[in-house]
Formats: sequence, C-alpha cells, structure tokens
Amino acid sequence: MIAEHVAFGIIAAVMVAAASRVVTTRDIMHAALYLVIVLAGVAALFLLVGAEFTGITQVLIYIGAVIVLFLFGIMLTRSDFGDNEDTDYKRKFPALLTAALLLAVMVVALVDRFGTEKLPDDLSPQTTAQVSDELFSQFIVPFEAVSVLLLAALIGAIVVARREEGG
Amino acid sequence: MYLNTMLLLAAVLFCIGVYGVLARRNGVLVLMSIELILNAVNINLVAFGAFHATVVGQIFALFVITVAAAEVGIGLAIVLLLYRNRRSINLDQVDLMRG
Repeated sequence: MIAEHVAFGIIAAVMVAAASRVVTTRDIMHAALYLVIVLAGVAALFLLVGAEFTGITQVLIYIGAVIVLFLFGIMLTRSDFGDNEDTDYKRKFPALLTAALLLAVMVVALVDRFGTEKLPDDLSPQTTAQVSDELFSQFIVPFEAVSVLLLAALIGAIVVARREEGG
Repeated sequence: MYLNTMLLLAAVLFCIGVYGVLARRNGVLVLMSIELILNAVNINLVAFGAFHATVVGQIFALFVITVAAAEVGIGLAIVLLLYRNRRSINLDQVDLMRG
C-alpha cells in the first residue's frame, strides 16, 4: 500500500517536471524527448491502477509511433522558431493566467466532489481478455467506426502532404 | 490511494498542455501540447475505470489514443504543408483567414 503511494509520488513528480519542460524548453528536439518521459509516466500510471492493456498500448502507440512521427516532423521542418523574448512575454502572461485559472477551477471542483473517494484497495489487474470481451461485444460499432476514421486519416495525411505533380 | 490524486495530477497535466497551446507558436510544439491534454484525459478515464472496477474506462482511453494518433498524422501533414509553402511553422504567420 505504502509502496503504491511512493511509486505514484515519484511518477507524478517526474511527469509534472517533464511536462513543464515540454512547454517551456527552447529546443523543440528536447521538447519531444521530454514528452517521451511524460508518456512513459502515463503508461506507468496505467499499470499502477491495473489497466495493463492500455498501459502497453500507450507505450506501443505513443512512444513507439507518435514520438517517431513528431521527430520526423521536427527534422523535416527545422527552421527558426520565431522565438523572441519581447513578443513572447506578451502572450506568455495571459496564457499562464488562463491555465492557472482553469487549474484553480478544476482543483476546487475535484476536491469538492471527490475529496474523500478512494480507489478500491486491491487494484486487481483488468485483464486483456476482459477488455477484448467488452470491446468486441458492447463497443463493436464504435470500434469499426474508429477503424474507418484511421483509414480516412491515413489517406487524408497522404493527400495533404503529397507533393503536387506539375502544380 | 485517493481517486483525487490521479484526477489532480491529470488536471495539472491538462493545464500545462493548455498553457503550451496558448503560449507557444511552433506548430509541432502545439501538437505536442495537445498530446499532453489528451493524455490527461486518458488518465482520468482509466482512473474512473479503476474506481468503478470496470474496463469501460480503459476502452474509452483506447478510443482516445486511436483518435489522437489520427490527429497527429493529419496535424503533422498540415504542418509539413505549411513549411513547404512558407518555409516557417510559426503559427503567428498563419493568418490567412483572420478577419
């Protein structure tokens, strides 16, 4: 029980630190690598609460595929970032204010509603078999819809990024 | 473990993502911030799934992961197209549709 708390504390601290570096760092390559830490932390959290299939999928899809996509995107578009201290300051303050206000509202709402609710003491793993049973019975229609969406996104990405032949 | 520890962590991540979307102007970095936001949502879904001892939370999170993957693909294609046409991915310069 205590080990769970310690593990959660470490993961949470690392994730928050890495996430703030993602949005503040000047080097976008570093941002992508910090994002890996955050995504790995999310996967670790999933495993901590017994969501094994989602945890593994998180590693496969995000760290395996999405980050690689980001790295390709960064390498293909290396250019000036347009970062400039003077104009940056003008937008950073309102952005910080918005985020802080949003956080305050969410914290108040969460503490008010879920202040004393506890997760079950034995977080027994929700097995992959259970997930698949549910996914392929009750959620079969959304599952098919999402596969069509993925196909559409695939074709769309190719069409958008393709070089026009002869104008 | 309190349910709120997970939810509050997700709220912090969400707000960091919102800050990134609002404050940064590099197209790729904005997409990364959106990933932060979507991951915060996933943490909430999985936490509530564990709280109610059901796998539905996990399934919702899986759908969000799929849609996020599609979004990144399209988003990066758009950023790439932007770069090819303008030699820059500074979102401040993308004001063609500004009124």
